[in-house]
Amino acid sequence: MTANTTAHKAPGRAGAGGPPARAPRGRPASPARRSGWTPWLYLLPALVLLGGLLVYPIYQLGLISFLEYTQAQVSGGEPTTFQGFGNYATLFNDSQFWQVLLATVLFATACVLATLFVGCALAVLLTRIRALPRLALMMAALGAWATPAITGSTVWVFLFDPDFGPVNKVLGLGDFSWTYGRYSAFALVLLEVLWCSFPFVMVTVYAGIRTVPTEVLEAASLDGASQWRIWRSVMAPMLRPILIVVTIQSIIWDFKVFTQIYVMTNGGGIAGQNLVLNVYAYQKAFASSQYSLGSAIGVVMLVILLAVTLVYLRLVRRQGEEL
Amino acid sequence: MKLSARIAAPAAALVLAGLTATACAPQTSDTSAGGDEKTGTLRVWLFQEVGNKPKEKVVDAAVADFEKTHEGAKVEVEYIPVDTRAQRIKAAFNDPKSAPDLIEYGNTDTAGYVKDGGLADVSKEFAAWGEAKDTDPTARQSVTVGGQVYGAPLFVGVRALYYRTDVFEDLGIEPPKSQAELISTAKKVHREKPDLYGLVVGGAYTYGAMPFIWANGGELADETGVSYESAINSAKARKGIEAYTSLFGDDNCPAAKCAAMGGNATVTAFASGKAAMAIGGDFSHAAVEAGSVKGKYAVVPLPGVEEGSIAPAFAGGNNIGVLKSSSHRTLAVDLMKSLTGKKTQAKMFDAMGFLPTYTDVRAAVAEKEPFVGPFVDTLGAGAKFVPASSAWGQIDASLVLPTMFQEIVSGRKDVAAASDDAAKKMDAAFADAG
Repeated sequence: MTANTTAHKAPGRAGAGGPPARAPRGRPASPARRSGWTPWLYLLPALVLLGGLLVYPIYQLGLISFLEYTQAQVSGGEPTTFQGFGNYATLFNDSQFWQVLLATVLFATACVLATLFVGCALAVLLTRIRALPRLALMMAALGAWATPAITGSTVWVFLFDPDFGPVNKVLGLGDFSWTYGRYSAFALVLLEVLWCSFPFVMVTVYAGIRTVPTEVLEAASLDGASQWRIWRSVMAPMLRPILIVVTIQSIIWDFKVFTQIYVMTNGGGIAGQNLVLNVYAYQKAFASSQYSLGSAIGVVMLVILLAVTLVYLRLVRRQGEEL
Repeated sequence: MKLSARIAAPAAALVLAGLTATACAPQTSDTSAGGDEKTGTLRVWLFQEVGNKPKEKVVDAAVADFEKTHEGAKVEVEYIPVDTRAQRIKAAFNDPKSAPDLIEYGNTDTAGYVKDGGLADVSKEFAAWGEAKDTDPTARQSVTVGGQVYGAPLFVGVRALYYRTDVFEDLGIEPPKSQAELISTAKKVHREKPDLYGLVVGGAYTYGAMPFIWANGGELADETGVSYESAINSAKARKGIEAYTSLFGDDNCPAAKCAAMGGNATVTAFASGKAAMAIGGDFSHAAVEAGSVKGKYAVVPLPGVEEGSIAPAFAGGNNIGVLKSSSHRTLAVDLMKSLTGKKTQAKMFDAMGFLPTYTDVRAAVAEKEPFVGPFVDTLGAGAKFVPASSAWGQIDASLVLPTMFQEIVSGRKDVAAASDDAAKKMDAAFADAG
């Protein structure tokens, strides 16, 4: 994440030094043509690593999703059999899967929108306040960011506990149970997800804003543009590459939320009302040892996330933005 | 040249990945036994209990006896945490080389472990073992799958009704004698003392709910010869579900708090003085004694439907089994007998309060320790067991019954719809298990 920030900062700060440095790579010079294998040679270590750590596990995931593979098969009690699309058929015929999928999509969308909004708003705020409050806000955000999800979730559950939690006492809610109702439980988890993921957006966007030349902003405010107008017509377009990255990151993270749901709703809530896809996959794969069904859910998630990311990138490119 | 290179390299990478991949199809281990050595080291995994020292002493004595009579045999005992036992035991099945020879396991896991191919069939040795003749029938059932015996019972655990003597005296009421009276007493207590749950119940407390189903003549599932068929949506079972779920509500145990509770949460609520009654096990004794209600409670059997009857309880407990992969089968079976024999079980009761699985030993300890009286009575009235099918592990793990209770108490579904759904899920699991 720090790498991201610095990468985005670099071109701006380098100023005129940037483009010439990139030139040799942009225009393939004749030596490069002489041996087409050289780039691949350089890429080889990375490719081997990616192959071992990414391609192979995904291959295994796909393979297991086509087999009948439960604890009995793992420990040799029964032979492994090929099921074709059997696991996928089971999954798609399960009405609970569709409910969970819908809940996941809606929940992730709400999380992404809330995170982006709060993150961007606070990033703009950071540029408008003095050093001391800025430091305080930064430290608070970094603290939230550095807190492990499991610790954050446990603390939030305690804060909102119906019997001992300070939140209910302050708000005078009596013994209202936040995790009992479906929407209040999702809202509680959303708050926690927001709390631990807005700092990434805030810090990244703030770093981006610092690279926007001050003359441009000055010119805009001299022309009488409001703060909102400056954001919409000046900052946001200039920050587009950064916003794209944080959006995709947020979509992927929020779609894959696990810890918060698992800890705060005790594994999926009353009668499974707060299940999201990742927790559902865990319950299938590990709690009830149906590894093949869990793998099938994993493959479905992979496909959905790839599709969302590709469609999003496609839309962005059509608007003439180079990445 | 350039184009071909562009295609060739990823293609080569893919082929390479494909090659390594095909060499490693998902792993399957071979758990078949590797001979029957008469000397060497036997490894045993037992559960780590809260306050484990007394258990260790009893086990050490049994092990010392065993080592004296078996020249050249050594025993290594390891205590594994209860929370992660499922992963540990699965891992042992997956990797026979590092697996122990004997394990302690919860009796609802028997059928699942047998299907996983983890436990050895010890029917012959069990039948020839003199002491085993006194094993009570429910305990015997808990080690039996498809007519074969896969281990020896170590102890049984049953649940009964804990109640607050001070509260009952205060209100001038008697412990309930029937299920209807239990429910009306619970509501009366909560009416008089709104700070207390009358009878604390939990939506995820499956083993506390089962007696209600059984007392009304219902069953979880019926045996169909080869497999099982869910009976959770039969008229009788529904009556029991109705009775249990009627306890959730603002007149006894508010659904907003009680729907999510499991067994431990209800016992904790009782121990900390938040409930007038709770369904707790003989194994909950220590937890309740450690709470603020020490000296202010008593136990009676959970009443059945008929006045004065006892609701059939779930016969929980643990067994000790020999792993199929053990290379010391004869020695391991002997050690199993030593660890689960009458002598060890009697000592284990003194040390840990675990109820013996032998009817005669149990009667003897009940005379010594009056606290276990209601539990022994409950067992005597006929305790019941979950379906001896490997599907049970999956039904349990995928929370079929807690989901059903929670759907009902949160008002999402009525008893008929929720029990039909649960029956469908159970039948799917039974069908999968074959």
